[in-house]
Amino acid sequence: MSNIPDDLMYTDSHEWVRDEGDNTATIGITDHAQDLLGDLVYVEMPDVGDNLDAGAEAGVLESVKAASDYYSPLSGEVIEVNEDLNDSPETINEQPYDAGWLYKIRMTDAGELDNLLNAEGYAAVVEADDH
Amino acid sequence: MPFIPHTEQEIRSMLDTIGVDSINQLFDEIPEELTRFSLDAVPEGMPEMDVANLMAQRAQQDAGAYSFIGAGAYDHHIPAAVWQIATRGEFYSAYTPYQAEASQGTLQLLYEFQSMMTELMAMDASNASLYDGASALGEAILMAVRATRKSKSRKILLPKTLHPAYRATANAIVKNQNIELIELPYDAGTGRVDMAALASYEGEDITAMVINQPNFFGVIEDSDALVNWAEANNALTIGVVNPLAMSILNPPGEWGEKGVDICCGEGQPLGIPLSSGGPYYGFLTCRQAYVRQMPGRIIGRTVDLDGKTGFSLTLQAREQHIRRSKATSNICTNQGLMVTASTIHMAMLGAEGLARAAAASHAKQADLEKALSEIDGVEVIFDSPFYNESVVRLPMPVSELINQVAEHNVLAGFDLSEHYPELGNALLVCSTEKQTEQAVAALLDAMQQVITQHTNSSAG
Repeated sequence: MSNIPDDLMYTDSHEWVRDEGDNTATIGITDHAQDLLGDLVYVEMPDVGDNLDAGAEAGVLESVKAASDYYSPLSGEVIEVNEDLNDSPETINEQPYDAGWLYKIRMTDAGELDNLLNAEGYAAVVEADDH
Repeated sequence: MPFIPHTEQEIRSMLDTIGVDSINQLFDEIPEELTRFSLDAVPEGMPEMDVANLMAQRAQQDAGAYSFIGAGAYDHHIPAAVWQIATRGEFYSAYTPYQAEASQGTLQLLYEFQSMMTELMAMDASNASLYDGASALGEAILMAVRATRKSKSRKILLPKTLHPAYRATANAIVKNQNIELIELPYDAGTGRVDMAALASYEGEDITAMVINQPNFFGVIEDSDALVNWAEANNALTIGVVNPLAMSILNPPGEWGEKGVDICCGEGQPLGIPLSSGGPYYGFLTCRQAYVRQMPGRIIGRTVDLDGKTGFSLTLQAREQHIRRSKATSNICTNQGLMVTASTIHMAMLGAEGLARAAAASHAKQADLEKALSEIDGVEVIFDSPFYNESVVRLPMPVSELINQVAEHNVLAGFDLSEHYPELGNALLVCSTEKQTEQAVAALLDAMQQVITQHTNSSAG
């Protein structure tokens, strides 16, 4: 069973969101997503300063068996990306919710947070995926 | 038993299994207006004997002539051993090396090819080849646009001194992708990119700049200055080079302060015969930072479970069979046989042999240019260093001279007047190390005669 922390919000495309409370949010991919992808070998990140729309392609995750786009759960400006992943993309496999975060965004519409799933809702998505 | 396995019956059975009425129905998603053309220019089939006769006739059109035509394809010496080895069954029939366990020979050869190209270009990485030099440029432009998300303009500076067919091909490949190709004029005195015209783009958002070395006129561009200009203006650089010339000229990875970002070109001068225009192959190299934007196959060296060296396709997530519509390109193959010959050719000549072939080509052209300029009415147009081609102005229409000189069994060169009317009666003349004294004498005699005749008849 994959790890789904209660204090995060989720999308059905397997991204997680941590509301940092100052109108910014941190974004990553879930434990379930990293498990599906397998060992990650490369992460393509958005550029700091990029303006992303909710649902827009934010970057690409490349693993030993697939390459997969990830999408921005929220609209806003990218204010920081996790540079450590350039040298050690496997951090996402090891700590998807901590050191394996992808990027931080300054939200243009905090109301979009209401569109996200809670842990229970996302667990149902994973459950459906598994069957 | 039918030789081709798709019988009507088998097709029917497959369609019935998936519940589709006709093969065309499988292509429903293609808009109708794109499917309406028909292949009217393709003739009916011919019996094998008739084809052999036709090809023998056409081959005679090539045979026997002394040729001074370069313009993108060059008649260099190819040691007999090159094609003897390349046509061995193990190389000749080897195909798609997706199964590494069954393709180590092919994979190692392609890896050696990539290593040779990166060394020749002084670049970090090479792919396993593309179809030809012109389409390699198209791919290089798309690659530059993908690699620079910060540049929103998608503007590419393309020198007018680049081969007209390359400009046309690049345009055909990128024109529907919202990319703007801007033509950079050349200096009428030097035949090089006009630096004053280039300066007018200073501070603009330019995605990339193409630098051709040597350029279509055979002229050596000031590649250091061009790369430095691009660097100062945050534009990527794409080198388009004659690979043999790089054995004696400064390689693209060392141009200017930081070298070019991407470098491509036509591989034909490295062991591929003229063959009336093809097949040739394109090469594409880049800095390490852009390797994930590179299209085409890339072979990597690795170790197996026992720690033994082995070779395999690598970085395949760029390619169609993994990334589908988001792949870097529709290219999913390489010019295997041409690259096999080229790799053997480079291995046989070595760095020194390549440099000697290139230097001899230049030396013969220097002699020829001088001899041509001594014919009354003929003048060398550009006052610049050149590699193995030069442009001369004639005192008569170029096509007339070419046709009349051809009657003396000599092909005088390439007529520039269609693509560069501003140059007047301009002829592009080429030499390689293969050129003989007899060939040069035949060209000079024939030109002298034809020009004298023309002068006398216009005077009379």
